[in-house]
Parts: sequence; structure tokens; C-alpha cells
Amino acid sequence: MSNTDVRVEELAEQEYKYGFVTDIESETLPPGLNEDVIRQISAKKNEPEFMLKWRLKAYRHWLTLKEPEWGNIRYPRIDYQGISYFSAPKKTGLESLDEVDPELLETYEKLGIPLEEQKMLAGVAVDAVFDSVSVVTTFKETLAEVGVIFCPFSEAVQKYPELIKKYMFSVVPYTDNYFAALNSAVFTDRSFCLVPKGVRCPMELSTYFRINEKNTGQFERTLIIAEEGAYVSYLEGCTAPMRDENQLHAAVVELVALDDATIKYSTIQNWYPGDKNGKGGIYNFVTKRGKCAGRNSHISWTQVETGSAITWKYPGCILLGDGSVGEFYSVALTNNWQQADTGTKMIHIGKNTRSNIVSKGISAGHGQNTYRGMVKILKGAQGARNYTQCDSMLIGEDCSAHTFPYIEVKNSSAQMEHEASTSKIGEDQIFYCKQRGISAEDAVSLIVNGFCKEVLSELPMEFAIEAQKLLSISLEGSVG
Amino acid sequence: MLEIRNLHARVDDREILKGINLVVNPGEVHSIMGPNGSGKSTLAQVLAGRETYVVTEGEVLLDGDNILEIEPEERACRGIFMAFQYPVEIPGVANTYFLRMALNSIRKYNGLKELKPVEFVKYVKEKMKIIRTSDDLLKRSVNEGFSGGEKKRNEIFQMALLEPKLCVLDETDSGLDIDALKLVADGVNAMRSPERAFIIITHYQRLLNYVVPDFVHVLVDGKLVKSGGKELALELEEKGYSWVENSSQSAA
Repeated sequence: MSNTDVRVEELAEQEYKYGFVTDIESETLPPGLNEDVIRQISAKKNEPEFMLKWRLKAYRHWLTLKEPEWGNIRYPRIDYQGISYFSAPKKTGLESLDEVDPELLETYEKLGIPLEEQKMLAGVAVDAVFDSVSVVTTFKETLAEVGVIFCPFSEAVQKYPELIKKYMFSVVPYTDNYFAALNSAVFTDRSFCLVPKGVRCPMELSTYFRINEKNTGQFERTLIIAEEGAYVSYLEGCTAPMRDENQLHAAVVELVALDDATIKYSTIQNWYPGDKNGKGGIYNFVTKRGKCAGRNSHISWTQVETGSAITWKYPGCILLGDGSVGEFYSVALTNNWQQADTGTKMIHIGKNTRSNIVSKGISAGHGQNTYRGMVKILKGAQGARNYTQCDSMLIGEDCSAHTFPYIEVKNSSAQMEHEASTSKIGEDQIFYCKQRGISAEDAVSLIVNGFCKEVLSELPMEFAIEAQKLLSISLEGSVG
Repeated sequence: MLEIRNLHARVDDREILKGINLVVNPGEVHSIMGPNGSGKSTLAQVLAGRETYVVTEGEVLLDGDNILEIEPEERACRGIFMAFQYPVEIPGVANTYFLRMALNSIRKYNGLKELKPVEFVKYVKEKMKIIRTSDDLLKRSVNEGFSGGEKKRNEIFQMALLEPKLCVLDETDSGLDIDALKLVADGVNAMRSPERAFIIITHYQRLLNYVVPDFVHVLVDGKLVKSGGKELALELEEKGYSWVENSSQSAA
């Protein structure tokens, strides 16, 4: 075995970098799900009555649903009664960083999110969710000056119930699907953001969150509203500690863009993918959808999915306003035994609506990668246009790539373009790089990053660099 | 500089190189000619370290070290460059980015400071004065959508940039029109120096009108059967390979 091989294998066998558990006393409900548990969650969060009613309604609906089985993914049955639905660090509602549990701060440190430094240097507002309850929110003042509301979702439920009543469930109703219904019943926290009319949000908004309590499902809820002519860019990145048991994650994200508003939503998903034998890892069942409600509104999803054992996720856009634009840029990488079934849904309702889909799937090891996309042009969507590009790359002999593009056109003026390709990372490409002095590992990372270029270029600069590194790390051990 | 001793190599179960012996000194230009399937490209690939070829016997010494035991990327760092017969495309990777990564890998290996993007651009500009290429070619993705001629020119430009001590050109002239051929030849001639050696593998004598070799070797059935000066190439052109094949058989 050559030196390079040894190094690559060593790296591949490195423990998941973020696999640690912090020792913070937390208040955790015992495992199990029933109406009583939902009442307790709502009570612990001090919620207004309407929210509890909504939760219970969602729960009762969920009971009538069956877990979807159409995904191209295999996993053991999830025991919903074996999961604890609430976990919060005990101290909350602190005014300054000094009051924050030092251990918690240390955890952020390990994750590379020194809040203070970020405050000073990065110019990124961080709404850091630790398990279920937001502990620290920075930059609020700066944002408040221009009238931007950015706070934990649970805070918005108390402070802005009218906004919540108006917009929550307006894009993803609790009846939408099995996991959205579950989330609606037991959701914990995440972000709420409203950018008022004519305001361009002065900074990139970001939320880092991670799963920390043992056996605690994460059911995050985010709602972002951009009013007329507003602009906001939201970044989300996550890591989770190492575990043996599989963990369920079922988040819901709703975006609403009014006339001439733009929302950019970027995700880097790096949750524990399981070990190299496929043991452990996060189950990630996410519902993300944006509504381009106003004329010429614009919603753009960008995702880099490298983590989780199972990814089930289809960020989509409802293009309601005339001239609105929906975009989806995705890189999904599966290595070892990871499985991803991801893509998008673009529903064209308004006239002259446009959607653009670029999906890059990379499979290595025994990874399985599925693109599933739906483009629907409704009757009234005169002059709608869609462009879909869907490329797959295979590394090694045991992985697979699948593509399920659904297209439904009810208006004959629509223009649809679909391009798809599948390629194998070539031994000849790697050799070419090596002959120029580049190591096999760097070569793979170079080739993969080139393959993903159109998507990575959609990310904000600092995220793009992080994403490139992440792709390289996630591929370690995939070439011998 | 380079010494090939009794080199045998096979691919799958077929023996292709059957005992090659060759000494290349700094400053020399060697041309290896031979009919299709004689093992010319195999020799180039074995020197570069392609894994599909298995060396069964012999040694290849570069400055006294047996390079058969080291990885292709390390051979490149030690100064072996191969211009590919069929350069591969790497979509989405800008040519300049690729070249900077290659150059810096080699510099790092040799204990030199890596070049920053700005320094690199300056360095490229210098090289562009010697080897003709276009900005456009540098900005595009590595070999993607390049014409045959552009790919070969790009190989020569890479060679100029990386400043190897041993340049192996694997049928760089094949498929080139006369203008592209001249460009390639100009590039090679500009790089000739007392410290640098070339092994030019070719089918035809055509390229050798522009790049005059010091030695010409004829490879037939995995062996070098005849060696001589540049006039050997002309003789081959006139009489065809059957001439050497027959004479080598009668000699055997």
C-alpha cells in the first residue's frame, strides 16, 4: 500500500470531528408522544392558547396519516414512542453572553462559532439554537434599527401572535405530509424573520443548530417573510454529535415573498452520517417550501447536503405571483451507506413564472443518491418556463444514482428544458492530476468541486469555502 | 538523468514491453518511433506511473533512484512530465486554478514557497511570452470543449509552466494540422536547455522536421531494435517500419 493510500485511510477512519456530547443539565421529557406531552411542550414554552390548539389539531391529523413509503430509501421503522420530544438547557432568557453557561459557550467554540468574535468580525447575526430552546441571539439591535425582526420562533409566537397566525401554515399546512404534521404538533424552535417593506436586510442571517440530547428528536420550525421589495439572505449550517442510535429530525421551513421581494435560503447540512458500516446517523425528513406570493418575487434555495444517514428533502416554490422566479441549487453527496432522496417541487401558477433547477448528486462508497423533482405548470400559468439540469457523479463500483423527474404541463405556452447526465469519476482524470503533481485526494476534491461549481457559486463566499472543504472531508476514503 | 534497464511491462495478461534499455542524459532529445501497437505509449505511461501497466522486470532510474517504487504524483514532483496523447477534460475546474494547484504541489515538494494567486498570474504572464497561448484558454475549464489542437497546445503550456527536467511527449503531434504542429514544435524548442531532456514519441517523422532529435530509436514489438541519429527518422519515413522489422528479424 502506498503512502497516499495510508493517509487517505487514516483520514477516513478519523472519528466524526464534531462527535462530542456536552454535559449540560437539561430538562428533558421522557420518551413518548401523546396529547399530554404536547400540552407539556406548549406549557413549557409558555405558549398562547391558539398555538396549543393548533398543535393538538396537527397531532390528531398526524394520527390518521401513514409514514410515506415512496422514497427511494431504506431504514428500520421509527419508534415514535421511543423519542423524547422536548429538551431544553435549564437556563434560558439571558441578556448577555456573561450569563450563558460557560460549557455551552465552549460547545459553540468547538463548533467554530465563537459568538463574540462573530459579533465583532463576521457581521453575521447568529440565532444559535442549542437543542430546542434558543439561548443567545445576537445582532438584534442592529437589525431592529432597520425594522427587521429576527428571533427564535418561540419568541415570535409570544411577541407577534398576529404574524404567526397570518403566516404559519400558509405555505406548509399541517396537513401537508406525515412529517410536517408531526412537526406541527411537537415543533420546538428555530427562527422567525420578517423583513419589512423596502428593507434590504443589512447582513446575512444565520442559524447554527445541533442535536445534543440523547434520543431527542429535533422538530424545528422556521418562518421567513419578506415584505414588498425586501431582500434577505438566510444561511443555515449544522453538525451533530456522534451517536449510535438513529436520530429523527423533521424540520419545517416556510418562506413567504411578497411583491418584488427576494429570499435566498442556503443550507449546509453536515449531520452525523453514520459510521462506515452504516451504523447510526441522523434521519433527516425535512419539509421546506417557499411561496412567491407577490408579483416578480424571487425565492432561491441552495443546499449542500453531505451529512445524515437518510435525507428526505424537497425544498420547493409555489410561484403564485405573476413574473415570480423560483430557484433550486443542490449538491447532495452520499458516501459509505448514506442515502439521499432529494430534489424540488416547482409549482407554476402565475403568468410568466420561471423556475431554474440545478441538481448535482455525488455517490461514493455504498451511497445511494436519488434526485426527485416535480415541475407543474398549471392552466393559468401562461408563458411559464422551466430549466432543469440534473447531473450525477459516481465514485467507485458500489454506489448508485437515480433520477425521477416528474413534469406536468397544463398550459401549452410553457417552455420546458431538461438536461441530465451521469458520469463516473474517471481513473484517467485522477491520473491526469497525479501526473501534474496533485495527490489522489486533492484530485478527487478538485474534480468534485468542479462538478458542483454551478451550485457552490450560488452560496455566499464564506459558505462556499466551507462547503468546498466539507465536500473534500466527506469524500475522504472514497478513493484507494 | 534517466536510465531504463531491461524494462518489462504488461497490461492484463499481455506482455507489451519486453526488455527496454535506454539512457537519456540532460540536454538530449530522444525520439522513439515505431509502428502501431509496438509499445510506444505503454513506455510513456510506465514512466509516468499509470497503474494499469504492471512492471514485471527491470528498473527505471531517475538521478539514480528507482522511480518505479514511487507514486505518479511524486514522480511529477521530481520532474517527470508527460504530455498526454489524449488530455482529459475536467469540467468546472478553471485551467489557471488547476495549473496553480499543480505548480504549488510541485513547489511544495521541492521545498519552495507556494505562489499566491497574484504571483502566479505574473508567472503565467511571463511564460506566455515564451509559449503562445490565449487568455481564453487559461480561463476555460481544463480541456473542456477544447479542439484537438488546443488540447495539445495546453499540454505544452503546462509543460512550460511546470518546468520539468524530463519531458515525455506521447504522440503530441498526432491529429495536428501543420500550424498547430509548428506551435508545439516552437514550444519544445523554446524549452530545450542543457538541463532538460526530452523523449518524443511519434509515429511520423513530420514533427522531427521542426524538433531535431539527437537520437532516434525504433521500437518494435516491445523492444528497441534500432538506434541512430536524426537521419534514421528520414530513412524510416522512406522505407517504412517493415524495413526495421524485417532486418531485426533477420538479425535475430
